Amino acid sequence: MSRLLTISDIYLEGRSEEVWQPIINGVSLTLDKGEVLGLIGESGAGKSTLGLAAMGFVRDGVRIKSGTVNFDGTELTTASADTKRALLGKRIAYVAQSAAASFNPAHRLIDQHIEAPVQHRVRSRSESIRDGMDLYARLRLPDPDHIGFRYPHQVSGGQLQRAMTAMAMACRPDLIIFDEPTTALDVTTQIEVLAAIREIVEQFGTAAIYITHDLAVVAQMADRIKVLLTGDEVEEADTRTMLSTPKEDYTKSLWAVRGFTRPVKPPVPAGQIPLVSIKGVTAAYGKVKVLEDVSFDIPPGRTVAVVGESGSGKSTAARCITGLLPPVEGQILFDGAPLPPNYKKRSKDQLRQVQMIYQMADTALNPRMSIGQIIARPVQFYMGLRGSALQNRVNDLLNQIELPPEQYAHRLPSELSGGQKQRVGIARALAAEPRMIICDEVTSALDQLVAEGILRLLAKLQDELGLAYMFITHDLATVRAIADSVVVMKDGRVVEQGTKEEVFNPPHHPYTDLLLSSVPEMDPDWLDNLLSSRGVDNIGDAAADKISVES
Amino acid sequence: MSVWLWIVLAFVGMGALAWAGRWAGQVATSNAPRFRDMPFGVAFGYVFAAACIIGGIWLWFLPGAVFFRWAVQGFVLFAIAAFIFRLVFRHVGTAATKRLFRAMPLTAAFGILVIIIYAILAIFAGAIAPYGQSEILGAANVVPGGDPAMGGNPLYPLGTDQIGRDILSRLIYGAQNTVGIAFVTTLIAFFLGGSLGFLAATVGGWLDQLLSRAVDVLMAIPGLIFSLLLMTIASVWADGEKALLTVYMILIIAVIDSTRVFRLARAVGTGIVVMDYIEAARLRGEGMGWIVFREILPNAMAPLLAEFGLRFCFVFLTIASLSFLGVGIQPPLADWGTMVRDLGPFINFAAFAPLVATAPLMAAGAIALLTVAVNFVVDWMLQKSSGLKE
Repeated sequence: MSRLLTISDIYLEGRSEEVWQPIINGVSLTLDKGEVLGLIGESGAGKSTLGLAAMGFVRDGVRIKSGTVNFDGTELTTASADTKRALLGKRIAYVAQSAAASFNPAHRLIDQHIEAPVQHRVRSRSESIRDGMDLYARLRLPDPDHIGFRYPHQVSGGQLQRAMTAMAMACRPDLIIFDEPTTALDVTTQIEVLAAIREIVEQFGTAAIYITHDLAVVAQMADRIKVLLTGDEVEEADTRTMLSTPKEDYTKSLWAVRGFTRPVKPPVPAGQIPLVSIKGVTAAYGKVKVLEDVSFDIPPGRTVAVVGESGSGKSTAARCITGLLPPVEGQILFDGAPLPPNYKKRSKDQLRQVQMIYQMADTALNPRMSIGQIIARPVQFYMGLRGSALQNRVNDLLNQIELPPEQYAHRLPSELSGGQKQRVGIARALAAEPRMIICDEVTSALDQLVAEGILRLLAKLQDELGLAYMFITHDLATVRAIADSVVVMKDGRVVEQGTKEEVFNPPHHPYTDLLLSSVPEMDPDWLDNLLSSRGVDNIGDAAADKISVES
Repeated sequence: MSVWLWIVLAFVGMGALAWAGRWAGQVATSNAPRFRDMPFGVAFGYVFAAACIIGGIWLWFLPGAVFFRWAVQGFVLFAIAAFIFRLVFRHVGTAATKRLFRAMPLTAAFGILVIIIYAILAIFAGAIAPYGQSEILGAANVVPGGDPAMGGNPLYPLGTDQIGRDILSRLIYGAQNTVGIAFVTTLIAFFLGGSLGFLAATVGGWLDQLLSRAVDVLMAIPGLIFSLLLMTIASVWADGEKALLTVYMILIIAVIDSTRVFRLARAVGTGIVVMDYIEAARLRGEGMGWIVFREILPNAMAPLLAEFGLRFCFVFLTIASLSFLGVGIQPPLADWGTMVRDLGPFINFAAFAPLVATAPLMAAGAIALLTVAVNFVVDWMLQKSSGLKE
């Protein structure tokens, strides 16, 4: 195998607040032809910046301080713009995290696909179109001869991500950089994309750098893994060695995250009135029905996880409970008494009892209010506290979420990390002293270590305050960690519900089975085994579409 | 040879020079990245800028280019003044203002300085102005400059107008009338348009439809003509009462301009209303007042401030235009728009008697300077507030 890419001792710096701050401190990496290297680390570890530097490219406000990037004999750090232009797109390609944001919505897929081969004079226009259809077929996109003539908004997210991989392949590059290509996708969609990417990379013998924060994903894709932590290399080893015997403590802690589970609570006593009970709820946006005859109970002090893919109606169920979307049929009972369907008709006390924590802490906190103000408002609003009593309560709440008040109360949300923002969201919900909190995908935008911290905090608060949680998520690992009972939803209906043991142990409903089997595992052979046992056409969304949920 | 051919030739020449210059740079620095990766457009830009500077210097020494020399002198003078102003406030004042001035660009310092000067002039007009605004003094059409040899009079440093009123005094009083009225008008327009726009965005539904369609109707009529029409009606209502007519004018322009503010506030508001923190506030049971003024307004401040700067200038120009057309601020009150109209014909003397021609330019310059200053300050505020977000 011959050497394709050598990055040696590279230092990258980013400009913030008028000074250059280090992003990458002297990392080296090598990549042979046809080899796949996985780069993992938390957000802020510098893995995307390093991935871009492998193309000789830096974002605005970032510079290469020292070090070399040698791609197949060409030194990219000092190469002229013309030299780089000849390489990028042709021999080095890039697949971005959000395909939806990276495709130009005003042009058809195929027009964007053929741009690189025609520009680089690799192929003529008509040959490029034919080749594009061939690549679409290899990536198992439905109707490969015509899908390219659609606009980006006319295909699904997973299909778009595969179309982007096809686009990167258009010039048959020697190196592709995948920057978190499946992070924003559902598990069943993710598995399709993973299988497609791996197959095509193997077929063409392309080398790849695969950037992700998901260990189980990288285990399927990479030959070697490199772990980064705040710009420093932690360790590097081939995949099997890394998975079986990680050397550094940091790597071990990453591996251990998935180990968090809570003790099983005693079963809910029969005859106990559930805190919130959803009875036969049907809801619709205009004429489109999004929930059909959904019923489940949330007992006091328990965690009910609602699981499903995007579009399954799990967030809509939460909107019905909060009263943002009054149901067409059915009732929401709180402590046995029906709640008014519209939140505007509910009393202040009814509103106080059910609080919500949002997925994106960025948009859930007013960016112009300090943390102290954000938390103080519900206390002031519901409890009527003022002056030092209010101050004390805010300080208590900040202590409860493990953010020291003297340090954080005056900060703005933009001065906090993602996990800290999510903690503030929790504190705001707690400030109302509710009996139930709806957690809408609260950990899916966070790194694994941070997410685990949030889960532990939520568990601690439940034990202390006897809160009930409705936990909306698509991540089954989270469900395993925190739930007492599980509700599985698909296409606006409840497919299966029961205690965690009942749902996670066979016999499964076929859809639950598909969901469970689509969650990547740490075993590097997992994808191979799954493909050989199920067949390439029976995984992911294709399989999900075959399952009917008509009751 | 025609002028066009000369222009084309000049551009070709500059292009050739740019290409040669870049090549020379590459050879001289043995292909340093600075020259190697320089696009042709950038090289051309350097040559073009050099040509402009040379042209400027040439123009400076041309005997006829009096106004250009004045403009350059004024520019340099103000830049120096702004620099000193910033320097002083970096060392005087509280810790917060010191920090503010330390990070301030020169353009913003310039803008603030000009606005402060205007504000002082407007507030203390009565004490500063040497004469009254409607006081008719001896000689009419005294040339500015105060040099008797040129036909000036040291008693009237900026000369007198066609019926013998001191121009300096009228300029100072004009600041009071024009700027004060424009400021009040803009404030009313923002209060009206802003609160209704946010309300439409928050409540939505039929209220949004009603307000938006009403605004559409108002916007469909050309602004200046509409205000002219309304002013004609208002002047009948006012029945010769000049103060009342001014109040009507303020209200008319405020309502017409508030439609633009409404559009902006509604557009910005709809973007903010979908945020989760607004949903959280609604679910908490907050009232409309809290949602509009505490949750939405602080987040819409940056675009609204930018619009305030622009709107202020437009209101100001509308008042000047209305006065110019004779229905705005009524004589004998001094107003910059009226002054430009009254003294306008003197601009014809520019070719042979530049001093005489400056008479209308002084009021026009006052308008221009304030417009530029306000926009400098607004730009700086925008930059500051957008920087906070990151």
